[in-house]
Amino acid sequence: MSIWEYANPKKFMATTAPLIPWIFGGSMLLIIVGLLWGLFNTPAADQFEHSVKILFVHVPSALMAINGWMMMLVASLIWLIRRHHVSALAARAAAPIGAIMTVIALATGAIWGQPTWGTWWAWEPRLTSFLILFLFYIGYMALWTAIEDNDTAADLTSVLCIVGSVFAVLSRYAAMFWGKGLHQTATFSADRETNIDASFWWPAVISMVGFGLFFVALVLIRTNTHIRLRRADALEARARRAA
Amino acid sequence: MRLAVTDLACARGGVPVLAGVSFTVEAGQALVLRGANGIGKTTLLRTLAGLQPALSGDIDLPDDQAAYASHADGIKAQLSVEENLSFWAEVYGNPVPDTIYEAFDLVDLRHRMAGTLSAGQKRRLGLSRLGVIGRKVLFLDEPTVSLDRFSVNLFADFIRDQHLAKGGIAVIATHIDLGLDAPELDLEPFRASADQSGGSDEAFL
Amino acid sequence: MIALLKRDLWLAVRAGGGFGLGLAFFLIVVVLIPFGVGPDASVLEPIAPGILWVAALLACLLSLDRIFALDYEDGSLALLATSPLPLEGAALIKAIAHWLTTGLPLTLAAPLLGVLLHMNSEAYGYLFISLALGTPALSIIGTFGAALTVGLRRGGLLLSLLVLPLYVPTLVFGAEAVRRGAAGMDVTTPFVMLAGITAGAFALLPFASAAALRVNLR
Repeated sequence: MSIWEYANPKKFMATTAPLIPWIFGGSMLLIIVGLLWGLFNTPAADQFEHSVKILFVHVPSALMAINGWMMMLVASLIWLIRRHHVSALAARAAAPIGAIMTVIALATGAIWGQPTWGTWWAWEPRLTSFLILFLFYIGYMALWTAIEDNDTAADLTSVLCIVGSVFAVLSRYAAMFWGKGLHQTATFSADRETNIDASFWWPAVISMVGFGLFFVALVLIRTNTHIRLRRADALEARARRAA
Repeated sequence: MRLAVTDLACARGGVPVLAGVSFTVEAGQALVLRGANGIGKTTLLRTLAGLQPALSGDIDLPDDQAAYASHADGIKAQLSVEENLSFWAEVYGNPVPDTIYEAFDLVDLRHRMAGTLSAGQKRRLGLSRLGVIGRKVLFLDEPTVSLDRFSVNLFADFIRDQHLAKGGIAVIATHIDLGLDAPELDLEPFRASADQSGGSDEAFL
Repeated sequence: MIALLKRDLWLAVRAGGGFGLGLAFFLIVVVLIPFGVGPDASVLEPIAPGILWVAALLACLLSLDRIFALDYEDGSLALLATSPLPLEGAALIKAIAHWLTTGLPLTLAAPLLGVLLHMNSEAYGYLFISLALGTPALSIIGTFGAALTVGLRRGGLLLSLLVLPLYVPTLVFGAEAVRRGAAGMDVTTPFVMLAGITAGAFALLPFASAAALRVNLR
């Protein structure tokens, strides 16, 4: 019994398909609870007033934007090393979701920034890093769609993902070096920092876990879709050969 | 020195096309591949030359002795015939033997820009590359395309007298009779069945 | 490897176009900027280093798709892949040839074009050094992008989309070095980072490029 058993597309589909409704439902529940708690049952912060409550969407989506790319990096490495098709397709499936998460993070950031900093957009390190991350997502997705052969596309996008990761980290440091920061640093961390009020802690954590599960559910759905598409192609190709 | 292929299966675009290909070619011998268009001659030659991985099976040939030539000659139009040849000779670390120009009837064209050559002349130039790289095992894909009868004979003479006679090996996919004393291998019996395993789609079926 | 470098340089010289085209594009972009932002020297002076860097970067981008495409079409690439020359070496040589025919002329021309933009006289030296350090990175990163897209029929636009985000760190440190130099600030950090990116890219990217080429030749 090894974890790689689930790398078989059929086994993967059979295992994940029944789980998807539960994960999806759970994520929805957590997001709704987290947001309701966060929006209606927390005090307004001194310097931000009620606009602070957008953090319950902003922080989780930003988190998933980065984690989405990390997941793609791991999946790409697994594909290159072990050549499990599901891994490559999961990376492909995650890209648009990560890109949307990046857009949500940027949009909520802009909406939050307008009343707080007095501007929709500032060329400051974190905003810039996210914008660059979005460009990486776009390039990655474009390469997937441009190449017809499935294995070639998987190989090349994996190489791009690895090289892109290095340059994304470099870009982040470049942006930090180059811009002036407006963002508060390290608002959240696992050890429950003191610079955030305790009343914000639980709804924020619930919302983050909810976004995480939401991401997992969407990736599973899309991976299943890509497996089915690939299977349809394979069956068609076999029928053509048999004819 | 010999080329031994055992139970080789190869794929084009992730789909298996040939399976169970086995043959042996001894030093000084040639093998002519036959088969209808699309059967997988090019795929087989590219696999043998190491450009694409085999699905399964073994290819046993001496290290660093394989060379590949396809319909595309890799000739640069902006370089002269001599410059084109000496480039490849340098890449392989060999001198350009003067005899090569005679062998392929390129003596008069030596300083012409390759871009001004006719299709057949370009083809001769492309083939003459085989004479400067010093490789013992040649995988040739349709070498005689656009050659006239006279040039085909030049090429056959080169393969027979300057390559095979010196202990070389050649595997040639062609539709015409080269006049070489070589066994032929019809690929038709090795056509992969629809359920041949090893294709990249296999996991999805 | 020297043979390949020699051949590529000869081809660039004889084929024409490639050589001068990047330079001409560079010139045109720089000439267009004042038409867009106005002729006021006080507007042009502070943005001059950035403009020159962005323009050089775009000019570099212009010739990237030719790095492997021609060799791929005429079959040379497959022949090179089966030759004793490792593909990693071929990728490296291609990048060097691209730099010699594109990056180097741009570096030499940039100070001249600085005059058109009323660039601060302090900045000339910094601009030259930063371009000399940074443009090789643009070539090797671009070579990687070209290797990824070599099998595609219309890879040009995609190539730009893939390569431009990868150019961000080089551009940031390159332009920042000139800006700081012009303002009389310390330039050690951006120069060290720029040289680091170039060195790192030259050490590692040929392997990624060769891997991509092998996949595309399959």
